[in-house]
Amino acid sequence: MIKYTEDHEWLDIADGIATVGITPHAAEQLGDIIFIELPEVGRQVSEGEEVVVIESVKAASDITAPLDGEILEINESIVDDPAAVNADADAAWFFKMRLADETATDGLLDADAYEAMIN
Amino acid sequence: MTALLETPLHDRHVLVGAKMVPFAGWDMPVQYPTGVMAEHKHTREQASWFDVSHMGQVIVRGASHEAAALALESVTPASVAGLAPWRQRYGLFTDDGGGVLDDFMFANHERHWFLVVNAARADHDLGLLRAVEGLDVEQVTDRALIAVQGPLAEQELTRLIPAAAEMVFMDSRVLDWHGVEVWVSRSGYTGEDGFEVSVPNDEAVRFVEELESGGVVLPAGLGARDSLRLEAGMPLYGHDLSPDITPAQAALGWSIPKVRRPGGSRAGGYPGADVIGAELVDGAPRTRVGLRPEGRAPIREGVELFADDTSDEILAVVTSGGFGPTVGGPIAMAMLPSSAEPGHTVYADLRGKRVPVTVTELPFVTLNYKR
Repeated sequence: MIKYTEDHEWLDIADGIATVGITPHAAEQLGDIIFIELPEVGRQVSEGEEVVVIESVKAASDITAPLDGEILEINESIVDDPAAVNADADAAWFFKMRLADETATDGLLDADAYEAMIN
Repeated sequence: MTALLETPLHDRHVLVGAKMVPFAGWDMPVQYPTGVMAEHKHTREQASWFDVSHMGQVIVRGASHEAAALALESVTPASVAGLAPWRQRYGLFTDDGGGVLDDFMFANHERHWFLVVNAARADHDLGLLRAVEGLDVEQVTDRALIAVQGPLAEQELTRLIPAAAEMVFMDSRVLDWHGVEVWVSRSGYTGEDGFEVSVPNDEAVRFVEELESGGVVLPAGLGARDSLRLEAGMPLYGHDLSPDITPAQAALGWSIPKVRRPGGSRAGGYPGADVIGAELVDGAPRTRVGLRPEGRAPIREGVELFADDTSDEILAVVTSGGFGPTVGGPIAMAMLPSSAEPGHTVYADLRGKRVPVTVTELPFVTLNYKR
């Protein structure tokens, strides 16, 4: 199940675990990405909390935790090659998190709602 | 809010998919679909064209050509009277406190002086020049300005304007392009060989299309222009230059030749000459230098610098900073005291963490001019 946030994150949700990245639209808006700082594995995060720092040639921005939960795994390969996010934002995930409340995903956008939001 | 100004190339930028942003009152392309990184690298490796028509083009005359030069020297510490015909120099307008009001290029076009000033300062500079007794000041509004920059700039521009091949760095000429009068200087703001070409407004689109027709030159926007000039160690007015910054502090003392310095035959006579002259002799309390942060995170304008990883005393604030695509890492500039000269390490406060930053000489890349 793929869901989206209003902050242009995608969540691939299975078995209470969400793999999180940013949408191609967000990557395009940011421009060439040159630096990514990921959260520590094991960190408990709350919805809206800043978890990732992302810098493009233009500016710095934050990515916030889409929901409450615990960071399980991070994608070190995008730290070494931030341009991979521009190349394929749907594949270049940032982190995986165990959701504190699986039903909280009901409040997220589906693909149609996200498309409608950005168009 | 007043409507944004548009250059003669505006509609073409939009047509090819440029991302447009407001800049100094103009609606300008910050990047094209290829993006800042690709545009930057293409400029260093091949050649790009930049629409810099927003910049102020100004013609200055006086009772005589020499009189105009001397009148200009009352507002700039540059040597105008000492500039040979068809040559160009870099100059600064200064204020009574010794601060910088703008930086500009001026060329000796034999019967008049041709100046190019920053877009954001054009109105200010025109006012400043018009207040100088004996100067006749004409703003050129019927011409676009197009920079062609990169190692293949000569090869590509000379397809259009063969005579440009005879020019060396900082030459400025009036040349012919298919019967159209173009004003060409061999200079730029990227650290690469290249030209800036002033063409009539209604010929601007045809000019860039003929440039692109060789399959080499691509458009580049303000984003790449900024990262290129940053790597080349060039200051940007409003960031690395301001009324709070003197020429020596900005490491631009080289633009003030001996003849205008204390003891020179045309010493002083410009605003702030006492302060500026003394600093050139005795040294400035701070000087613009390069910064290379450890790691990949850029330190941008406004980031505070400290002598060590615990001190609360701010040593300096970053005036320009970002990512250098050719350097392959973050780069920045700031004015540091002589205690932190190149080779020293200072510390940037980045989101509450102290990041070690090596102080370096400028520029960050080798300048590639045809001398």
